[in-house]
Amino acid sequence: MNLEKVVFGFFILLALTLNFGFVMGDIENPEHHHAYELYAAIIVSLIATVLKFGDRSHMGAVLLATSLVADLQLLMAAFVWAMATHVQGGTDAEIIPSVVSLAGGALLANLASGVLLIIETAALRR
Amino acid sequence: MDSALSRVLFLFFRRMRAPLIVLISAYSISVLGLVAIPGVDDAGNPWHFDFFHAFYFVSFMGSTIGFGEIPYAFTAGQRLWVSFCIFFTVIAWLYAIGRIFSLMQDPAFTRATTEARFIMAVRSISQPFTIVCGYGESGNLLVRAMAQRNLQSVVLDKVQANIDSLLLENLGLDIPGFCCDASVTRHLLEAGLRNPRCRSVVAITDIDDDNVKIAITAKLLRPLIPVIARAGTREAVDNLASFNADHIINAYEAFGEHLAMTQRTPSVHLLHAWLISLPGRTLQLPVTPPVGKWVICGYGRFGSSCARYLEAEGNEVQVIETRAEKAPDGAIVGRGTEAGPLIDAGIRDAVGIIAGTNSDTNTLSAIMTARELNPGVYIAARQDRRADTEIFQAAGIDLIMEPSRIIVWRILPLLNTPLLSRFLRLLRSWGEDDAHELCERVQALCGGVTPETWSFDVDPDSAPAVYAAVDQGGEVRIRDLQRTPTDRETDLPCIPLLLSRGDSNHTLPGPDMALDRGDRLLFTGRAGTRRAMSWTLQNPKALEYVVTGNDLPDGTIWRWLAKRRQRAA
Repeated sequence: MNLEKVVFGFFILLALTLNFGFVMGDIENPEHHHAYELYAAIIVSLIATVLKFGDRSHMGAVLLATSLVADLQLLMAAFVWAMATHVQGGTDAEIIPSVVSLAGGALLANLASGVLLIIETAALRR
Repeated sequence: MDSALSRVLFLFFRRMRAPLIVLISAYSISVLGLVAIPGVDDAGNPWHFDFFHAFYFVSFMGSTIGFGEIPYAFTAGQRLWVSFCIFFTVIAWLYAIGRIFSLMQDPAFTRATTEARFIMAVRSISQPFTIVCGYGESGNLLVRAMAQRNLQSVVLDKVQANIDSLLLENLGLDIPGFCCDASVTRHLLEAGLRNPRCRSVVAITDIDDDNVKIAITAKLLRPLIPVIARAGTREAVDNLASFNADHIINAYEAFGEHLAMTQRTPSVHLLHAWLISLPGRTLQLPVTPPVGKWVICGYGRFGSSCARYLEAEGNEVQVIETRAEKAPDGAIVGRGTEAGPLIDAGIRDAVGIIAGTNSDTNTLSAIMTARELNPGVYIAARQDRRADTEIFQAAGIDLIMEPSRIIVWRILPLLNTPLLSRFLRLLRSWGEDDAHELCERVQALCGGVTPETWSFDVDPDSAPAVYAAVDQGGEVRIRDLQRTPTDRETDLPCIPLLLSRGDSNHTLPGPDMALDRGDRLLFTGRAGTRRAMSWTLQNPKALEYVVTGNDLPDGTIWRWLAKRRQRAA
């Protein structure tokens, strides 16, 4: 067992599950989407990105790309949320569909990351 | 070669992994704590940080900017958490910045960045360039001479000190240099071997094997560009010749050849020096070493080459050599710097001495001793290091031979004007009388300063007017080109040296010789003549004038008027 691989897989999967947890629920109901969960998803996604730095293989490059996409989408979601509620003085109910749909995009990217990880593991003949 | 650039980036990111994760964790924990801990607003109501304001607060706290407790004064619980966060985030920052600094100084990283910078510099060269491998005495002299003629080069050398001296030298051109083993293919590629602007490769490192390897690599990867390699031994010469290296320079042979030349055909030697030098310098004076008995100190590759060439010229040669196993038959074994062996070798009745050891100190010492024993002796010395020029000049030596200068003499025309190099090769087989006559003519033409030497082809690029005239069946003679384009009665101060047509070479072509398409011509003349002649080569009107004396009218109306006048007459 390789500890590095454990940490790596852990962060990639955690980013996926947290993202999924945030997106799940009624898209128009702010009760179903908690800011803490989005926050956790962003932090874990950022850490997962950093962990993918410096891998020169082709798989590493694609994994880094998916991770960067997820980061971008999640940060955009957080930015839109902060912008709508604090700068323009709107309510959560008005903006939550946009936030969730942005996070939903990130979910796809994270899903791709997860699938790539599984393919890489399956291709390992040991 | 993007690999070298991306390697720098990957190295950076890989090393920055841990500090970045620490930074992200420090920030996220601080933000999370602030959001979780309850506060009180200015009206006394319970209040919580939201993520946006918590992130804002941590951002300025972590970077130690500190705008105070906003938006409301903190409770004791919040202050407790913030005092913990301050140390946490500051330490995380210090760790990350410290890592960046240590990374900058890491030898692997600095090497990768220098390499990347070198590749960028080579890629940004916009004019044709030559790759020079080896920046020792000869390399330095060559690159400097090329820079003076505005020829771009890229330098590779194994020794960092040599590359440093290149970067410190003010050559006028921006010449990229990189410290590496030039015989490694990757480095040659980085120096732009595959670059379409790479015009030639010169291998003049001190090590023959490296030169051979560089020449092979260049020949295999870019078969069409010329490769010039220096060789010190017979085997290396044969090896290079076996795979068609375009030009092989054997420094020791060339040295002996020039030494013999100064005796038999001093004018040929002189013409070499004049035609290769920059225009407008003082003309070198002829040197004439006497024929007779010569003492040679040191029988290395230099001494043996000198001895062979001198004997071929009918001199008597006596060798002094320190190492008994290297000494030829009849040689004195001993040190040439001491009086004893010099006297044994017969320095008192010798006409000249050649001090050709590979240490300048020993050379000078031998010279001083020899002069004490025989004040009238002719002294020829090999100067190994250019830094010693001043003491060699002060020593009153009759003939200073610098091997690196002779190597450059052979290489420079190959790069600059290939036709000149062909002419010099033909010139070396001339007799003294012919060469002397040419010498006199050049001297009379240029008035004591070195001439300008240039070449052109009769093709649509370099001589469009001449090409068009010849192509349409007109006749242009060499004499026509020598007329001044503003006044055809006076001649330009120049001499045609060589006309090369197909495989045949005509040295000193006569004035009545007519030009043909594809002819290549070499001229020498007073500095500035080239510009005047290029007027004739490029401008059909100027050409018409020098050939026929007719001044063609410009523009439709003038032409119409001229035609009318002709008809009327």
